[in-house]
Amino acid sequence: MSVTTPSVASPKESGTAPLDVAALRRDFPVLDQKVHGKPLVYLDNAATSQTPLAVIDAMRKFYLEDCANVHRGVHELSQRATDDYEGARAAVQKFIGAAESEEVIYTRGTTDALNLVAHSYGRTHVQAGDEVIISTLEHHSNIVPWQILCDERGATLRVIPINDAGELLMDDYARLLSDKTRIVAVNHVSNALGTVNPVRQIIAMAHERGIPVLLDGAQSIPHMKVDMRELDCDFYAFSGHKMFGPTGIGILYGKRELLEKMPPYQSGGDMIKSVTFEKTTYNDLPYKFEAGTPNIADAIGLGAAVEYLNQVGMDRIAAYEKHLLDYATEAISAVDGIRLIGTAREKASVLSFIVEGVHPHDIGTILDREGVAVRAGHHCAQPVMDRFGVPATTRASLAFYNTEEEVDALVAAVGKVQELFG
Amino acid sequence: MSDLRDLYQELIVDHSKRPRNFGELEDSSHEASGYNPLCGDKIKLFLKIEDGVIREVKFIGAGCAISTASASLMTETLKGRTLAQAEVLFETFHFMLTSPKDMGSAHEGLGKLAVFSGVNEYPARVKCATLAWHTLKNAIEGRGDSAHTE
Repeated sequence: MSVTTPSVASPKESGTAPLDVAALRRDFPVLDQKVHGKPLVYLDNAATSQTPLAVIDAMRKFYLEDCANVHRGVHELSQRATDDYEGARAAVQKFIGAAESEEVIYTRGTTDALNLVAHSYGRTHVQAGDEVIISTLEHHSNIVPWQILCDERGATLRVIPINDAGELLMDDYARLLSDKTRIVAVNHVSNALGTVNPVRQIIAMAHERGIPVLLDGAQSIPHMKVDMRELDCDFYAFSGHKMFGPTGIGILYGKRELLEKMPPYQSGGDMIKSVTFEKTTYNDLPYKFEAGTPNIADAIGLGAAVEYLNQVGMDRIAAYEKHLLDYATEAISAVDGIRLIGTAREKASVLSFIVEGVHPHDIGTILDREGVAVRAGHHCAQPVMDRFGVPATTRASLAFYNTEEEVDALVAAVGKVQELFG
Repeated sequence: MSDLRDLYQELIVDHSKRPRNFGELEDSSHEASGYNPLCGDKIKLFLKIEDGVIREVKFIGAGCAISTASASLMTETLKGRTLAQAEVLFETFHFMLTSPKDMGSAHEGLGKLAVFSGVNEYPARVKCATLAWHTLKNAIEGRGDSAHTE
């Protein structure tokens, strides 16, 4: 039985040819449906992206043909499961340009990965009087773990401010860096505004003082090519379900020299070499950080998502999305009574906006009835909302399978909002 | 569009833009706050209750059109009502929002509040429409801390 059919539209030639979006959309059957009688326009990709057949097939194959536990390979199925599970890790390693697969740790998602670093690295390196630097743009998941750590340790959380466009104030960042700083943890791309942060500069400035940098890559990895060795970041965290893979799986990349020195995050099976009641010897990387039976099927799904993205081509995705974001920005900005929140020069795939006199929650409901799926709320980034003095925004977030026609449908639906509240 | 107008009726849009009884009450006897963490709707309710009758009721807060209009229309409806009447109103209102469609009309005695019947079709918005009422219950029961719609 052959179920891992390549996507019907995956262009093998890659290169610089433009995307055949109509063909790619056929890889995502979920997109072809009506919602409340209107064609679905899925613009909530920053929350969760859709899943191509190639990913669904890979996971289906695991359960249909290969389901067994990994790393206990005396029987054939376990060996196949282990091969596919580790094969997916190797695919991710290559995709993110990590030096070794041992630096690629499976987690439940970005939140889990960030917590791993805050717990394991944080608790061994952050002491009373020390400082941790984050930014105003962070998702709650890159705020709260550090807040808890700092409270526990008597350390101080320092926050890089932003300007009115939603860009980090780098002079302030320079002033925040000090001998007390133990780690800098910032997102690569803001989930609430779409700002692409100058991470190379952030990393270089921290490294001058020997301070490690963690990047929350949840919103960058679906939209641009990332290379760990080129970025030279120390940790990079991301989720499968925002990059066309399944939910419940994510990755923490970490430099080997740092991971080697870090204590386990959770403990149990698989993360040990030997256990007696007197002494336990921990396993090598990456298994030291993968306690218990892992999420095998979703890891394999993530591997398939990475292969799918390789076939489509990240450079081509980035080029197409830039064009689509420019188109959408212009179209939305042309509507009277709309204010874009987040107008950074470097942006990726997010349009956060408010409609004068209408609460985002009402906009979300009305857009839904027009078939347009967006996120309305604070996007788990309340400090960003506070900075702009709004309780919430409406956020349309794009993926490579979205089209100009769908942007037009969004703009038309916003028109209906204004009509209802006019 | 027509079904959206069932939810966002003119009266709701009007009350969301120009909420009645909006402001603080200096000589309130009962107060409570309400918060819907999902969408950030906030309300603070002030009541003046004498001999089991609601004499005055005002509110402040910020939220979506449904929650603001619901608070506004609630305050209009409550003035002069007994606490027992207020309780029946809340129960009838809640039933209208959450009962299955085939249970028939459940608007009796609701007056203007029947304008929220369309919310029944939007389960995610029931919390918006009931936030003010949950807060009312807390205020009457002397629980001034935050009411939640969860």
